[in-house]
Amino acid sequence: MIAEFGQISLILALILAILLGTVPLWGAYRQNHALMNLAPSLVAGHFVFALAAFLSLATLFLRHDFTVINVATNSNLLLPWYYRISATWGSHEGSLLLWILMLAGWMLAVVVFSRKVLPKVFLTRVLSVMGLISIGFLLFTILTSNPFDRILPGPIDGRDLNPLLQDPGMIFHPPLLYMGYVGFAVAFGFAIAGLLGGRIERDWVRWSRPWTLMAWAFLTGGITLGSWWAYYELGWGGWWFWDPVENASFIPWLLGTALIHSQAVTEKRGAFPAWTVLLAIAAFSTSLLGTFLVRSGVLTSVHAFATDPERGVFILAFMAVVTGAALLLYALRAPRIMTGKGFDFVSRETALLLNNVFFVVSAGMVLLGTLYPLIIDFMGWGQISVGPPYFSAMFILLMTPIVMLMPFGPFTRWGRDEWRRVVAPLVLSLVVAIVAGTVIAAALGAFNLRAVTGWIGGIWLIMGSLSHVWRQKKNSRFKLPRGQLGMAMAHAGAGVFIIGVGMVASMTYERDVRFGPGDTLEVAGYRFHLEEIASVKGPNWIADEGRFTVFRGNREITRMQPQKRLYHRGQQVMTQVALRPGFTHDLYIAMGEPLRDGTGDWSIRVHIKPFVRWIWGGAFLLAIGGLLAASDRRYWRQQRDEAEARAVADGAQPA
Amino acid sequence: MTPTRKKRLAVVGLILLGVSAATAIALTALNDAMRFSIGPSEIVAGDFPEGRQLRLGGLVASGSVHRDTQSLAVNFRVTDCIHEIPVSFNGILPDLFREGQGVIAHGMLDESGMFQAHEVLARHDETYMPPEVERAMALAGGNLVCGEPIEDHLAAVEVAY
Amino acid sequence: MIRMLAPLLVFLGLIGLLLISLPTAEQRRQVTSPLIGREAPNFSLPSLHDPEVSYSTADLRGQPFILNVWGSWCFACRVEHPYITRLGEEAGIPLVGFNWRDERGDALTWLSRFGDAWAFHMVDEEGRAAIDLGVYGAPETFLIDHRGIIRHKHIGPVDQASFDDLMRRINEIRQEAGV
Repeated sequence: MIAEFGQISLILALILAILLGTVPLWGAYRQNHALMNLAPSLVAGHFVFALAAFLSLATLFLRHDFTVINVATNSNLLLPWYYRISATWGSHEGSLLLWILMLAGWMLAVVVFSRKVLPKVFLTRVLSVMGLISIGFLLFTILTSNPFDRILPGPIDGRDLNPLLQDPGMIFHPPLLYMGYVGFAVAFGFAIAGLLGGRIERDWVRWSRPWTLMAWAFLTGGITLGSWWAYYELGWGGWWFWDPVENASFIPWLLGTALIHSQAVTEKRGAFPAWTVLLAIAAFSTSLLGTFLVRSGVLTSVHAFATDPERGVFILAFMAVVTGAALLLYALRAPRIMTGKGFDFVSRETALLLNNVFFVVSAGMVLLGTLYPLIIDFMGWGQISVGPPYFSAMFILLMTPIVMLMPFGPFTRWGRDEWRRVVAPLVLSLVVAIVAGTVIAAALGAFNLRAVTGWIGGIWLIMGSLSHVWRQKKNSRFKLPRGQLGMAMAHAGAGVFIIGVGMVASMTYERDVRFGPGDTLEVAGYRFHLEEIASVKGPNWIADEGRFTVFRGNREITRMQPQKRLYHRGQQVMTQVALRPGFTHDLYIAMGEPLRDGTGDWSIRVHIKPFVRWIWGGAFLLAIGGLLAASDRRYWRQQRDEAEARAVADGAQPA
Repeated sequence: MTPTRKKRLAVVGLILLGVSAATAIALTALNDAMRFSIGPSEIVAGDFPEGRQLRLGGLVASGSVHRDTQSLAVNFRVTDCIHEIPVSFNGILPDLFREGQGVIAHGMLDESGMFQAHEVLARHDETYMPPEVERAMALAGGNLVCGEPIEDHLAAVEVAY
Repeated sequence: MIRMLAPLLVFLGLIGLLLISLPTAEQRRQVTSPLIGREAPNFSLPSLHDPEVSYSTADLRGQPFILNVWGSWCFACRVEHPYITRLGEEAGIPLVGFNWRDERGDALTWLSRFGDAWAFHMVDEEGRAAIDLGVYGAPETFLIDHRGIIRHKHIGPVDQASFDDLMRRINEIRQEAGV
């Protein structure tokens, strides 16, 4: 019954999405207020049914209803309840359902927070465009990937959720990531609504800024969690692998980063409006592209979902319609877009333009590297894959100027500024960064190019942010607005991140060693002693467990127990890493394999990862900075003032 | 031409120059970072680019895995059921590295015909075969042994440095 | 106008590239067995119901038969089970089970729960015979004629369409064998 209820909810959600995508839009075109007024209620209904469908699936998982194929293939009787909930979005079908729920949630949020402040025509267009997107995803789910399909009679027990996904990081990673992906649909909706209106105004850019910032912050958080998960769950000790699936989430992030900066210019100065629209379209389109790449099987990847070319065709067609229509609309309407005030070479506009150039080119480079195997295959030059060296090289090349220029941005005035005025307040920061960076790196015994540049770059960004905050505080009687504070925090976060990357890249100790019970490895002041290798048993797995005692000098500092697990169902083997996290370095032990040569020895991977937490810490600051900026009262209060002023003019606005 | 326009033109010109430079560098870097997917039969036939990083796909030949007793050095042969290529590797093999199972080795061929791998990847559960392995096997007309094609949801944990 | 169309053109190029790549992805999934038209390998395996008894493919020489690869762990086998049962009832030639990488207890429970339409089951616990047979995954269904030649292999669960196709082929093979 529950499955059928979920199924019906999905269909009802689809009907409401179709109504939402057509009727209010027609109303907006005809200036029919009765039709436009339908939009908020349709959004609410759409959300209720999407939620009902999602909760139905979660309930089916919780109740072990193996007559539902999706439950039978992704869960079993031994799976603990919290992983049964996360299994709801662990499969391809379930993750689509989550996607739909998030989209419905974002739409509802737009209604709740912006209904009073957006002109009705504009709000209606935004909601209708998002409704159209929802139609695509609902159709995709119902036609090709129905999570409620049944099999009767059901099996006695289900298969299992892949053990790699049986992890706390995996409970939160997909929802956050999707919040980001789907959040860009709001920015997309605003952009298309602006184009439909025939005019791009600074207003709509301002209205869409907090939404874009939120989506960007969630995406940042999602990617960070994914990286953290890969670090401890895959047993390789890396934090980023340039895998196609990772790239699929990184491309929208890079474009989103460009977008939040170009929105600032368009809002404040009216410059690059067409470019901002294009970026909003691109950020969402690359989110769709990511979905396509992950689920169609055109690229081989690590954690790809059930790849199915048939689904690929559907997503490709959907993407062609959505992005194609958006770009066509852009081509038709962009010539009418306003142009902003001119600006000088030394100005905030130029700084942000440079930011955009570097981020967009970076996104292009990642896209090129990701799709290159397809191009080569198409040309008939054989099958290839592109290794991480390409991505690393490109990144160092493109990110270095960004880091060098970043602190100057906030100090530059709009329109016109002077070199001297921009550089002067940062001279001290620069000197501090170079001196402190070199000294710290040397003191840590990391006197090499990557570590030293990492420290200098990182301190440069942190000092730059601090001095900006300090100057703003000094010059203003008011409290620093959250937008400024968020920006400073995000920029400083980038600094923290860079320090982590530089240290991990240059100072990681990693070795694969042979270990037998009683063996000891001494490294970097630590002594790893393997006491024994024991057999242990979990709820749905058995494992070999290495029991290590770690000494620093003669003092025992910790015990570490890495495991090699064998999951009962599906006979899947998994490496469970033992970690001792620390502010300046992590100790990391992973079990390799039993050597089966009669000695009872194992191959063991021992890593010491300096400052690896700073990578995620910095990324976390980026995300928090984004959320802080999104909560700036300016976005919400000004809207209301303007909306009131506009209320009279609203009826007269041409469609 | 007003000074503002001139300046703007200079900015646009600089950006164009930068972007084209970046593209040129990217293409060179791509060329260097490319790994060619091949199978054992292609190596035997000499049908592969020399001096390049290769991505060798196939099955681990039965009874071919030999571990050094002192170190982590390991030798095995990769087969497509027609030809076999010896592979040498030093380090930890992936979780599901087994005889008769699909693997991918990244590395280069040395003068003696030994494939020096710096990285070995394997499928991660019963439900997946890397496409390169499939392709190598199909090319050679060999047999295929692997998981269920119907349910290949989670793919091999293919992690690359 | 041209300048404004540029993004659209770039995007269409991208879509084109992806569209071309899709058939390749499809091809990767469809693996044709090189063993078709060749003689089935000879192997001898224990019976599922009675480990003391063993069956060999040589015993079956002289009559066509269906070989169905399955495992209790294999979800798709559960999906195709009704059609396999119909094959057992309607094909008119022996339906042999090839129990692959399974545990005896699990396999027997599975059969008693869903029904056992097979003539008998061979057990390949280690999966070595499956290597010779070129098993790609479970489920798979082989048609072997009276001379011991593999005539057809169906990869994946049998559904109505593939059931009809199998029955047509079975009838051909039966006519050739004169049974």
